[in-house]
Amino acid sequence: MLYGTRLRSLSLLTAVTLTAGFGLAFFYAPMDADQGFMQKIFYVHVPLAIVALGGFVFGGVMAVQHLRTRDARYDLRSYVAIHLSLVLGAGVLITGSIWAKASWGHWWVWDEPTLVSFLVVFLLYATYQPLRFSIEDPERQARYASVFAVTAGAFVPLNFLAVRLAQAYTHPRVFATANGGLPAKMQLPFYLCLIGMALLFATLWKYEMASKHTSAQLRSLRRKLGGDDAGATHGRTAAPSLRTSS
Amino acid sequence: MTDTLPDNTGYVAAAYLVFFALILIYVVIMSAKLARFERELAELNELADERVEEREAVHT
Repeated sequence: MLYGTRLRSLSLLTAVTLTAGFGLAFFYAPMDADQGFMQKIFYVHVPLAIVALGGFVFGGVMAVQHLRTRDARYDLRSYVAIHLSLVLGAGVLITGSIWAKASWGHWWVWDEPTLVSFLVVFLLYATYQPLRFSIEDPERQARYASVFAVTAGAFVPLNFLAVRLAQAYTHPRVFATANGGLPAKMQLPFYLCLIGMALLFATLWKYEMASKHTSAQLRSLRRKLGGDDAGATHGRTAAPSLRTSS
Repeated sequence: MTDTLPDNTGYVAAAYLVFFALILIYVVIMSAKLARFERELAELNELADERVEEREAVHT
């Protein structure tokens, strides 16, 4: 059994939370006075964006740990978090574009700071994999990638700041306390979707980590058994190389 | 508000479909990886059995 029962429980919890969140978004949350039905995109787009940005920050935190301890496991954690956040980030850009088209009649609006700042963050992280791939030595690759992850991770809060400073408050201000913010009946579905999305990130991250560990263990086992390609060196890769003792 | 609903339904459906498609693609890739691991594990098991047989043959 490659994946444990805890991971199965986490997967189940994720599915239940997201289903409940989306269910409440459609059948419990009231229609938005301005945007009507299209505002339902908010419940998938905003949690996805928050979790993607959170994932980038998490990748940065793991990179700090890697630089402090030189433990390759932290580099792997950072790599997987950033990789996953990029996938979710692509989802944010696509769902955001659909929302923009529905709301403003354009797929992309260049003078909207929220959109552009997210694109900048996404494009910045899109260079992470090529950066890793360009460095052959695993030690240097891990170190440089960690420095990148820390620097880029520090840049992410600027995205949140951009939303706050934006003049055109087209996106609902979720965490506002005065003059506005989400109505109470929209808050419950939103927070449930946000928790569900965070759980989804955790689940996929754990699956990816388990797969990387299994892959490393299989490689080590093959080496020990002296299989056909036991002595063969693996080609250049962007993924961290994890050494297993087992 | 309700007369704008049919026009926007497509966009809302598209946004959620994009999300589910993204997750589905990820899960399909993960399951392909899992299938590869199982194949490799079976290969290694065979290899280990061969090694054991070879060792036993040497001893006898």
